[in-house]
Amino acid sequence: MIALLDSFLVRAALAGTGVAFAAAPLGCFVIWRRMAYFGDATAHASILGVALSLAFQAPIFAGVLVVSLLMATAISSLSGRGFAMDTLLGVMAHSALAFGLVAVSFLDGVRIDLMAYLFGDILAVSRMDLLIIWGGACLVIVLLWFRWSSLLTATLSEDLAHAAGINPKREQLALTICLALVVAVAIKVVGVLLISAMLLIPAAAARTFAKTPETMAATAVVIGALAALGGLHLSFQLDTPTGPTIVCFAAVLFALSSIGKTLIDRKS
Amino acid sequence: MLSSVSLKISAGEIVTIVGPNGSGKSTLLRSIIGAQKPSTGVVKRQDGLRIGYVPQKLHIDPTLPITVQRFLSLPQKVSVARAQSALKQAGADNLGKRQMSALSGGQFQRVLLARALLSDPHLLILDEATQGLDQPGSAAFYRQIEQLRQTLGCAILMVSHELHVVMAASDRVICLNGHICCEGEPEQVASAPEYRALFGSGTQGALALYRHEHNHSHDHDCGHDHSHAPREGQAEVRS
Repeated sequence: MIALLDSFLVRAALAGTGVAFAAAPLGCFVIWRRMAYFGDATAHASILGVALSLAFQAPIFAGVLVVSLLMATAISSLSGRGFAMDTLLGVMAHSALAFGLVAVSFLDGVRIDLMAYLFGDILAVSRMDLLIIWGGACLVIVLLWFRWSSLLTATLSEDLAHAAGINPKREQLALTICLALVVAVAIKVVGVLLISAMLLIPAAAARTFAKTPETMAATAVVIGALAALGGLHLSFQLDTPTGPTIVCFAAVLFALSSIGKTLIDRKS
Repeated sequence: MLSSVSLKISAGEIVTIVGPNGSGKSTLLRSIIGAQKPSTGVVKRQDGLRIGYVPQKLHIDPTLPITVQRFLSLPQKVSVARAQSALKQAGADNLGKRQMSALSGGQFQRVLLARALLSDPHLLILDEATQGLDQPGSAAFYRQIEQLRQTLGCAILMVSHELHVVMAASDRVICLNGHICCEGEPEQVASAPEYRALFGSGTQGALALYRHEHNHSHDHDCGHDHSHAPREGQAEVRS
């Protein structure tokens, strides 16, 4: 069994499905709470985390996790203070990315493959990376699983949450932590520019046929995993960059589900 | 901003808060349910007091698919049978399998009411529960509330704009504008000079019209038997 992990393709497949497992259900919350840009800003900030961890010779995962946590909490504390949210997020997302890129250029003597962080390098996933990805993914799934009801109630209405003795701020914090974790584990797989896609596209595709929040999350996981495996397979066949191919595959699934839905609606 | 507000609600009583926009009605309700802490003063709830809360128009994002049954099971899971009986009490039978986003305004508010009833509340709080309903719709809704008071014996606290409809269904009316302007039985408040100063005499006509149409006798003879119901629900607010 363990010998299987010697194959880089098997490692890549496991890494891709690991990210899909954590990103898809979290992506549902990102959609329901209209935080799409929020995920983007957090992901873009993580390139700064890469630069910092290289500068301080710390593990990339730790640096990215810290920076994305900081970014995510900064945004969620700024929200609801009367700022125009879309503008604020636009400013923060792109300036964080720009600062990260500039910071990387200051790193003398460290030769890094910037493309690997921007678009991911799933074929270079090591056993250690795999451990981190699945560890992080499991943590996110456990967090979401045990808080599911409170998270959902707080998402529906803050007042309803209060009336049921749930603190919406705490639920928001739980989601923020999950988001930072997903960004940190997904950076190796799809890169900072495409993390949002792995959050949003499977969940959006799952929305078309779902009747309850649970079926939407479960369908999103299936679609995400399909996209990861299908994209990996296609990129191997066509010799295309893997991260973007996975996202393309997910986008095609989204288009198919939307078209299918339209056709069914027309018939009835 | 609210100051010098002191009110007390007993089991089996329907109390309505009226007041112009920005008079602090929602703030008051939010501090009673605990969504907001008063900067001074206290909200005293009887130990183990169960509050059912019907929020002011709730917006459910259309990207969130959810059936009525699933909505009622949040955050605590309830059985299908329990959900159905709550829906029935709220006058929303057979909606369990529908999507929340497919409900009409009136159906939606009844589902919210059913949700509040699930906790078997001592005190039912309604914040502008009939906003967006037409007049027959909200009159029917308040008749349902009146009926619930009689079958469940719970205290009911409501906030509303629709003075004429609400007043007919309340035992006591509190007129709020940052502080309590006046309070008492609906007729007393309607004729109080403070109330007229706030709302003008225009609403008097509507009130009379409504009274005339429906001629509610409040079913007081029966209602008061329940006011000392086994469950003693009580909440008190002082600030």
